[in-house]
Amino acid sequence: MTSAISFSGVSRHFGDVRAVDGVDLEIAPGEFFALLGPSGSGKTTCLRLIAGFEQPTHGSISIFGAEATRTPPYRRPVNTVFQDYALFPHLNVRDNVAYGLMVRGDAKSARRAAADDALALVALDGFGDRKPAALSGGQRQRVALARALVMQPKVLLLDEPLGALDLKLREQMQGELKLLQRQLGIAFVFVTHDQGEALSMADRVAVFNDGRIQQVGSPEDVYDRPETPFVADFVGASNVLPAQLVHRLTGKDAPASLRPEAIQIGDGPLSGKVSTQAFLGSATRIEIESEGITLKVLLPKGRSVPEIGETVSLGWGADALHIMDGRNG
Amino acid sequence: MAKAARSPLSDALWRRPNLLLVLLVTPPLLWLGIVYLGSLFALLAQSFFSIDEFSGLINYEFTLKTYGELLRASNFDILLRTIAMASAVTIGAAIVAFPIAYYAARYARGRWKAVFYLGVMLPLWSSYLVKVYSWKLILAKEGILNWLFETLHLAWVLEAYLAIPAIGGNSLSVSWTGTFLVFLYVWLPFMILPIQASLERVPPSMLEASGDLGARPGQTLRHVILPLALPGIIAGSIFTFSLTMGDYIIPQIVGTSARMIGQAVYQFQGTAGNIPLAAAFAVVPIVVMGIYLTLAKRAGAFNAL
Repeated sequence: MTSAISFSGVSRHFGDVRAVDGVDLEIAPGEFFALLGPSGSGKTTCLRLIAGFEQPTHGSISIFGAEATRTPPYRRPVNTVFQDYALFPHLNVRDNVAYGLMVRGDAKSARRAAADDALALVALDGFGDRKPAALSGGQRQRVALARALVMQPKVLLLDEPLGALDLKLREQMQGELKLLQRQLGIAFVFVTHDQGEALSMADRVAVFNDGRIQQVGSPEDVYDRPETPFVADFVGASNVLPAQLVHRLTGKDAPASLRPEAIQIGDGPLSGKVSTQAFLGSATRIEIESEGITLKVLLPKGRSVPEIGETVSLGWGADALHIMDGRNG
Repeated sequence: MAKAARSPLSDALWRRPNLLLVLLVTPPLLWLGIVYLGSLFALLAQSFFSIDEFSGLINYEFTLKTYGELLRASNFDILLRTIAMASAVTIGAAIVAFPIAYYAARYARGRWKAVFYLGVMLPLWSSYLVKVYSWKLILAKEGILNWLFETLHLAWVLEAYLAIPAIGGNSLSVSWTGTFLVFLYVWLPFMILPIQASLERVPPSMLEASGDLGARPGQTLRHVILPLALPGIIAGSIFTFSLTMGDYIIPQIVGTSARMIGQAVYQFQGTAGNIPLAAAFAVVPIVVMGIYLTLAKRAGAFNAL
């Protein structure tokens, strides 16, 4: 099957800065794909390369098999929901949504009907006559979504779509976006720095760091089987044990990741001193200094919590230690 | 505990923020209310008086006769001529200023931004009269522009242009084209800066969104950039339009002998001693600007504000 989006050796340099550095990527039609990484990791530039706002310095991009490396944004079958929504302040909500149809030359009645349908899709019926300035943040985002979807894109791009919303609205929108994507059956590509958001929404995740892809895989893959210390640390703040310690423990010579919630206090091969303690509600997080590294441990509610300064032994289950020798994934 | 220096005045103002507001706002309000608007209304009141044609004395009785004078062919020509010139200068300034302002708002960063501001403002630092006289030299028959056309063997182009009635003349410095060029030059900064300020507020993502939705660059210009720049264009046009309508020095030094409103006001209140007619002339720009802004508002020019 042809990929919806295909990057082959794509780089984007800004002067000396390699914002995107040799990225190969295949996104399938109809999949919910997350570009995850810290700020400055190249994930947003990748999205802008798909949209056509940036041109690659090297490499080529194709969209549904058609070469698109030098295609301007207005000729690409993709549409974007911007981080700041980028609604046109001088147009009302309906004209904002119908903008793409208007520049395409659709008849007034047709675009009015299509815009109202798109607004109904995002549960904003009856908001057509308002100005964007009169809407809340969540409503503006729905308008931005409707404005992109009314163009019936083959791929929808979302730049930090939930970044500006408060927690409750964010959780609600996560569910709605997922539902919308299944309903429409088109590929959604979204950029986020929030690993929880990426893991909960995406079918597949690409983890970015320093302009390169560290790992591409299902949420379970990147969470349970990180391929690099960066992925282990960034996706869910795992502990990374250095190679020599892993060698002593298991005989294998590679770094390993160990999830904070997989560590049990009591009996085990490592021991160390508790240095900090933080109550998180459903769990307590402590940090233990051991073997020259700081190990994060998450203790679920009900488990006894050692005092700061106490020396404890640490253990874990048989398959909790994930060796990152580059042979998995 | 640290001991703050005693300052009863600061404390009193902190406790009563309204007092501070009153103190800050009263002087400018007095200025605006009495000196500024007061003198304007004194002028307007004059326009409703008339002059006794035999004695030359002002008759302090309410009449619309002076406004009737404005409609006399020789006076009415002055009004039409001035409004036409102000419109031409405003349109010309908007066309020249827009690309400069667009560049400054979208692309100039750091040092280039400083260069832009300096370049736009520098002409404002030198004397207005010096600038106008140097333009007279540039546009004169012996001037640099003529020399340039001759050197390029294009003198015939200039001559053909000057042969056009109304906008042509003996040389550029005594033609309406000359007056137009000098107005355009002198008021250009007042058009560039507001447009630049309005474009500065348009986030790049908005232009990207337009392209993303299928608009070609020309469509983005027409449907997004121009509507959002319109408040700035209107603000700039208020400057260029009213400054051109009121000016009496540029048409005096560069251009034909036909008068504009500013010159008429100058002559009627000075040599002719006809203050009521001078006042009536002065009311015209105010009325024209009022009509212009009302039309602009009705056309939705301020919707993006």
